[in-house]
Amino acid sequence: MSDTPLLSVRDLSVAFRHGGADNLAVDRISFDIMPGEVVALVGESGSGKSATAASVLRLLPYPAASHPSGEILFEGRDLLKADDRTLRQVRGGDITQIFQEPMTSLNPLHPVEKQVGETLALHAGMTGADARKRVLELLHEVGIREAERRLGAFPHELSGGQRQRVMIAMALANRPKLLIADEPTTALDVTVQAQILKLLKSLQRDHGMSMLFITHDLGIVRKFADRVCVMTEGRIVEHGPVAEIFDNPQHAYTKHLLAAEPKGEPPAHDPSRAVIVEADNVKVWFPVKAGLLRKTVDHVKAVNGISLKLRAGETLGVVGESGSGKTTLGLALTRMIGSKGRIAFVGKDIDAYSFKQMKPLREAMQIVFQDPYGSLSPRMSVGEIVAEGLKIHEPGLSTAEREARVGAALEEVGLDATMRWRYPHEFSGGQRQRVAIARAIVLKPRFVMLDEPTSALDMSVQAQVVDLLADLQKKHNLAYLFISHDLKVVRALANEIIVMRFGEVVERGPAADVFENPKADYTKALLAAAFDIEPVEAD
Amino acid sequence: MSDLTSEEMVARPKTGWLSPMNARRWTNFKANRRGYWSLWLFLFLFIISLFAEFVANDKPVIASYKGEILFPVVVDYPEEKFGGFLAVTDYRSGFIQDEIAENGWMIWPPIRYSYRTINSNVPYSAPTPPFWLMSKEDRCAGYPEGADDPGCTLGNMDWLGTDDLARDVLARVIYGFRISVLFGLLLTGFSAVIGVAAGAVQGYFGGWVDLLMQRFIEIWSSLPTLYILLIIAAILPPGFWVLLGVMLVFSWVSFVAVVRAEFLRARNFEYVRAARALGVGNFTIMFRHLLPNAMVATLTFVPFILSGAIVTLTSLDFLGFGMPPGRPRWGNWSIRARAICRRPGSALPPSSPFRSCYRCWCLSAKRCAMRSTRGRRSNE
Repeated sequence: MSDTPLLSVRDLSVAFRHGGADNLAVDRISFDIMPGEVVALVGESGSGKSATAASVLRLLPYPAASHPSGEILFEGRDLLKADDRTLRQVRGGDITQIFQEPMTSLNPLHPVEKQVGETLALHAGMTGADARKRVLELLHEVGIREAERRLGAFPHELSGGQRQRVMIAMALANRPKLLIADEPTTALDVTVQAQILKLLKSLQRDHGMSMLFITHDLGIVRKFADRVCVMTEGRIVEHGPVAEIFDNPQHAYTKHLLAAEPKGEPPAHDPSRAVIVEADNVKVWFPVKAGLLRKTVDHVKAVNGISLKLRAGETLGVVGESGSGKTTLGLALTRMIGSKGRIAFVGKDIDAYSFKQMKPLREAMQIVFQDPYGSLSPRMSVGEIVAEGLKIHEPGLSTAEREARVGAALEEVGLDATMRWRYPHEFSGGQRQRVAIARAIVLKPRFVMLDEPTSALDMSVQAQVVDLLADLQKKHNLAYLFISHDLKVVRALANEIIVMRFGEVVERGPAADVFENPKADYTKALLAAAFDIEPVEAD
Repeated sequence: MSDLTSEEMVARPKTGWLSPMNARRWTNFKANRRGYWSLWLFLFLFIISLFAEFVANDKPVIASYKGEILFPVVVDYPEEKFGGFLAVTDYRSGFIQDEIAENGWMIWPPIRYSYRTINSNVPYSAPTPPFWLMSKEDRCAGYPEGADDPGCTLGNMDWLGTDDLARDVLARVIYGFRISVLFGLLLTGFSAVIGVAAGAVQGYFGGWVDLLMQRFIEIWSSLPTLYILLIIAAILPPGFWVLLGVMLVFSWVSFVAVVRAEFLRARNFEYVRAARALGVGNFTIMFRHLLPNAMVATLTFVPFILSGAIVTLTSLDFLGFGMPPGRPRWGNWSIRARAICRRPGSALPPSSPFRSCYRCWCLSAKRCAMRSTRGRRSNE
């Protein structure tokens, strides 16, 4: 490492013009990246970390965005003042960027060879056989198996992890000096995340690249970065070597962030409590139809023979990666989709009930969804959203009584009762999730299915929502079916867990046992990936 | 919660008769200057034309005769009241005017012609150009005493000239505006109700319902509409309501695609699933959760249908299958304009293409503003 920084950000500000006024998203920040160094920008959503990353290559939506102050020096040149020609040479050449969403950052109509070959043709003028050779080299380097066969594959034929590998291959094509990674693993499953991070780390070491790593996940930073800048509200509040910051945080916000791990004791198992939900050998098979007559040729076994028992006041965690069938299981138990096998709710067999027959039971059986932005009707006020269930299940209530119940429910989830006149878009993600919880508990349910209720939220908000859920459970003796891929949250809430893969149970048991002493290989891999970010080759 | 100031949280914000959401929509709408001014321009013209009888009429608005206050605009007085013999008083005749002037007074509307009043004092054979294109001697030449005649006043002038039957063009423009806009509004309203309902059912239930209705709509909309309109218009007696009904039969289709797409998209949203989990019924979900979101696209579409309806009415008129003869409407100006194109002075102002363009622009600008108003607000 030499002493001159590769990239030097000085006094950078980013402003966005919104409704005639400039809002400052990034406020005079400065940091340096030395050659061969990994610098992490950490912060919660809205902290300005992505805007900072995007300004390095001037990828912001100008002229709506502007830089009131600052310079970005890359090898002595100010990128903010560079003309378009210079900038285009730097982009994809010396500095490359990989994005969060591997699904949308690849062109769906280009095969892998063309995607990767494009940057080669642009910057190195490489075409034909040379280019193909280099593409193959790159695909091998990023760990895509049978690379020859993958050359003609389109993005939809690749898994999320493979897509992200292709993105990385594109970014590495011209041997960049600096790689900007904007939340590169957030959209991936934990085991895939661990693999991709390991890949990035080894590539970075082999090529001596510098890296600017944007993330909200402190675990990744600790494992991965040399230095860290903590951002909040557009400012860098603390920066320094990773070990120093983690061991001895100075700023209040850093301390808050480090303390934001979801904590809590899951409820104790008590066999004397009433069984709320019981399922025997539940199956959800989606038919695969083919041919002119649409004959069913096969089934996608989303949930294949799962039995469970859930008692009042207890939490059953369902853990698995995307596509494991955990959400489908939850929807089947709440009879939102059809299924086979016995499902009993408070002693009644409900698996043959029609939508109409289910209606009176819905009051006691509630769902909180993953995405607080999608699960609230955008054109209804919060009060209307929470009151909707009451109108159906307790039509006898007078308006005043209903208003009182809505107010009480909002206060119970830590919102102000007067917020009921506002609309969902006026709330932050965490507040919206609280509204969604209020909508569920206002009906005084006995069973709540929580479908990844914390995964769309920032770390510190996650911890608050987990606390809230635990409090509500104690207070109302609720039975939770907690579906999540986030093992940290599950550990804080569930007293029993089911690990699912491909629709079947891989391992089950009391949560403490499974976490301490996993038996199945898949569970071990999952735990290693989630807690230590260590990949286990289980692909 | 930190971003909410305390005063905002106190109680339901009072914003008069608009709910907070509508108040914000109105602000957004106002922010689009072009749309905002178009709205006022349109409302101004529309309200004036709604009171066309008080703006352009061949009867006084109010009159006093022998101590009695009369309202000739709203009440038909027989002429014998004033010593004449006609069943309906002709207030424009010199005899009646003199009679009333001797025994009281009367106040005329700004334009003293109705859409079917024939100006008997045109200076030469109709059509005539607007009065401001002629000298004072010329424009009063039709009156018995020439330029000194008391009848040669501003109210008796033809601001946009007369047509070939010596009827005042401006009066006909005002009445024609009213009938075409009312027609357009009614047609759009009814089409929206039918189209939105059909689109909603298709989009929400999908499957066979959707398949069958889509095929029906494909067949229905591939019928040559104008020919069928012509055939029906030839069989049924032409009139406002018959034309409205005939055009409604075809125009609802255009809403279906938009609404159906919105419903198809939104029916799998989590808030719809959340509503189902609460036990909300299908029709309540459609009405309360999906429709408000589909309305954005629908409202954006409304002005197109509105101007389309007016253009279709105009073209039917042009072909001679529109409103009964004698009614003022924009289509027959096209015919007249074509006939009189030697004289641009009288043909251009009322000619339908010119006006339609202006008005379609006016409505489109409003649409743009409307869209920005109803567009999804995201403050994130």
